Amino acid sequence: MNAPAAPGGFGGVGESAGRPDGRQKVTGAFPYASDLRHPDMLWGHTLRSPHAHARLLGLDVAPALAVPGVACVLTARDLPAATHYGLDLPDQPVLAEGRVRYHGEPVALVAADHPETARRAAALIRAEYAELPGVHDEASATAPGAPLLHPDRADRYAALVPHPNVVHRQPVRRGDLAAAAARADVVVAREYRVGMQDQAFLGPESGLAVPDGEGGVDLYVATQWLHVDRRQLAPVLGLPPAKVRLTLAGVGGAFGGREDLSMQAHACLLALRTGRPVKMSYRRDESFLGHVHRHPATLSYEHGATRDGRLTHVRARIVLDGGAYASSSPAVVGNAASLGVGPYEVPAVEVEALALYTNNPPCGAMRGFGAVQACFAYEAQMDLLAAELGLDPVEFRQRNALSEGSVMPTGQRVDSPAPVAELLRLVKERPLPRPRQWETRDSATGARRVEPRALPGGLGRASRGESVVRGVGYAVGIKNVAFSEGYDDPSTARVTLELSGDEPVATVRTAAAEVGQGGVTVQTQIARTELGVSRVVLAPPDTGIGSAGSTSASRQTYLTGGAVREACAAVRAEVLRRARERRGRPADGPPADGLRLAEGKVVTAEGEVLAGLAELLEAGPVTAEREFRHRPTRPFDPVTGQGDGHVQYSFCAHRAVVEVDTELGLVKVVELAAAQDVGRAINPRAVVGQIHGGSLQGLGLAILEELRVDAAGRVRNPSFTDYLLPTVLDAPSMPVDVLELADPHAPYGLRGAGEAPTLSATPAVVAALRQATGRALRRVPVRPEHLVGLAE
Amino acid sequence: MRVNLTVNGRPAHAEGVWEGESLLYVLRERLGLFGTKNACEQGECGSCTVRLDGEPVCACLVAAGQAEGREVETVESLAGAAGLSAVQEAFAEAGAVQCGFCTPGLLMATDALLRREPRPAEAEIREALSGNLCRCTGYEQILSAVRLAAARRAEGAR
Repeated sequence: MNAPAAPGGFGGVGESAGRPDGRQKVTGAFPYASDLRHPDMLWGHTLRSPHAHARLLGLDVAPALAVPGVACVLTARDLPAATHYGLDLPDQPVLAEGRVRYHGEPVALVAADHPETARRAAALIRAEYAELPGVHDEASATAPGAPLLHPDRADRYAALVPHPNVVHRQPVRRGDLAAAAARADVVVAREYRVGMQDQAFLGPESGLAVPDGEGGVDLYVATQWLHVDRRQLAPVLGLPPAKVRLTLAGVGGAFGGREDLSMQAHACLLALRTGRPVKMSYRRDESFLGHVHRHPATLSYEHGATRDGRLTHVRARIVLDGGAYASSSPAVVGNAASLGVGPYEVPAVEVEALALYTNNPPCGAMRGFGAVQACFAYEAQMDLLAAELGLDPVEFRQRNALSEGSVMPTGQRVDSPAPVAELLRLVKERPLPRPRQWETRDSATGARRVEPRALPGGLGRASRGESVVRGVGYAVGIKNVAFSEGYDDPSTARVTLELSGDEPVATVRTAAAEVGQGGVTVQTQIARTELGVSRVVLAPPDTGIGSAGSTSASRQTYLTGGAVREACAAVRAEVLRRARERRGRPADGPPADGLRLAEGKVVTAEGEVLAGLAELLEAGPVTAEREFRHRPTRPFDPVTGQGDGHVQYSFCAHRAVVEVDTELGLVKVVELAAAQDVGRAINPRAVVGQIHGGSLQGLGLAILEELRVDAAGRVRNPSFTDYLLPTVLDAPSMPVDVLELADPHAPYGLRGAGEAPTLSATPAVVAALRQATGRALRRVPVRPEHLVGLAE
Repeated sequence: MRVNLTVNGRPAHAEGVWEGESLLYVLRERLGLFGTKNACEQGECGSCTVRLDGEPVCACLVAAGQAEGREVETVESLAGAAGLSAVQEAFAEAGAVQCGFCTPGLLMATDALLRREPRPAEAEIREALSGNLCRCTGYEQILSAVRLAAARRAEGAR
């Protein structure tokens, strides 16, 4: 990929450079995983369980094998090696054997010459089930005699959990809670609920597995982390990792939903069994069953404060529904516990977070990762306390705001800028949008005119504005950046500077997954700035180089950006050494001689051109590979939750302005203003794009998006007809303020940006709805019946 | 069955089409035109928007046989010999593209809007694009791109 510079610019760090894949993406030429094909390929399809919990008594695959065009059918009995996999705990069957634990669990695979043939053949497999009673919430999962999801647990969390149906539990205790609570003049205690949100990326789970004829396999796949896929795949295929090679195919969005395996093992198994390339591409209904979701949560909070508006204590219990398999539940628990009181200084804290095993769909990573659910609850509490104290909600938050030097409930000191109060000030001081924008007067006649598209209910023309009430709400959140709790997640980059014709070109190779966020853009920008060359080429990400870690946790610009920067610095050092040598200067030093690379030349501190890059590269290309890691973190103490568990914190604040039709319960979010500190905006336009996208996903959780699971654990709405994503008519105006307060520990001072805006958008919208309606609204998504008082 | 149609100005045909196949499947898997995207395959997301005899439609909702003898234009038709169209340029420049999976459908919807209404008001833009889901951008930079493209077309860009 060749990257265009920003119009009129060089395209380096700090510019809104264009995407290197932009031209391909606007011409339709960009190859997404679902666009892959091979002349000899088969199509794979997965048969899934219709039950949330059942004994799988038998599978008769003969009717499927008899269908013309079917090449292969696989069940658990055909698995060649490891039968289970998982990001953290290997508790998830590749194909169910003997028992299914959730609606949609894979039980058999079919490969055929046409996707419809594969689907129809799979439907002919006779699967015999005996339904079992399931557990679907905390009460049923931990009741005496409750069926255990995983009866013989020996994992590293098993000894510490209060019940075998608890995946992981993390307490956080700090200060003398009883004494602090005794000082409180005002106490509010409430319970909140968060429904199951889905990542709903547009590009379906897809990939193409190609057997290499020598027992190995090449997999071209849309994923967030090539190397962790391989780590799970190789044991399942019974192959050494070197024989399982992964290359990133175009990714149509991810948001956490591609962190776990979906079709990867299935396609490889079919390909290795048939000896033919196998493509798998989920349809939308299967996609909703085929990846993890955001954990639904029940959150009980007690907050206390003194009359002068100071928090005394927070007591919280956060119960996350992890569904049938562990996925990344343990890390989600760690986030919920450690970030559970929000960006505030609280003298005494007692938080307990846990994730359940249930017979509901498995839940794992989604943008915001454990911090989203808590933010909805603690921000609602902050509003309640402010109201009890007669204080402005923003003023109350600012009095208690975290700042640089504050100590988190985990005991970790915040050692870089934390402008929480400033972010709140920015959104508050922004002028409010004009009320009732849908209403105008004809200048000549004075007649009232109504623009229905801007009203709650929109083109449904449900209203002409009779009962429309405005509300304004605020929220702020805190998210960690990069992997936490002692996890080592370095990234690797190899940079080569060489001549192409007579022009110097930098080639950057990493295994970082571009999922839409613009990692490819910032990598090219960093190479341009560090090497002073305009032409940068990105090699396709694959497992032929060391891991880049996951494209998640707002970490990829920090980690892979850091790796590219260090590899470039090593290349630059060699180029400067050549320049010194050629000009008779001491070759190895001194670094203080001020030589630098700019516009394809070696320039002295005085601005004199010492040599052209092209002449220095005639002696051959310069290559360097570097691995970059963040500062080490530590696990949280299993009893007290104390520990320097996080790398970096990220903050965003929102103000939401809503208009509600209070008779019909319809909502129009008029404006959703954000302010976020990003440390350093490597690409300002891409940063704003992340804030817009994250904000709208937060709005979706507030009023639209919920994957509905019935009492028997069945998913009721696996389609874009019934799972409501925000459209452009639901999207408000989203003005953004970006602060750049450098973090001295991070490359360029940058602060991971992708997730924080997803946190505070949800509670800000709901706070505005509460102000407009006076209703409690303790569950998201808020539905019309909640707004008109027909349901709690 | 055999399906004959005109795609982006050129005659095309597909052999051995199963009657249940959609125009989307024929374009992608039989004619190799993968620019038209397969995000929901039930007419909700707009990612597969093409023009059928000039009218924007979801290709996933058109049975292959319904396209017999008709003219189909896909995202691959937008760029000309002179380069990208004003709409494509604007999307690439304004930050309207992140993962890009919705982009071909949005380009086709925007192209149809600006052919019909060269200077659309904000509410008209939003209504015209309301059948196209985007999960990445929050739509703000897409709206900027549409306004930019309209302004450039008004100045004579293609």
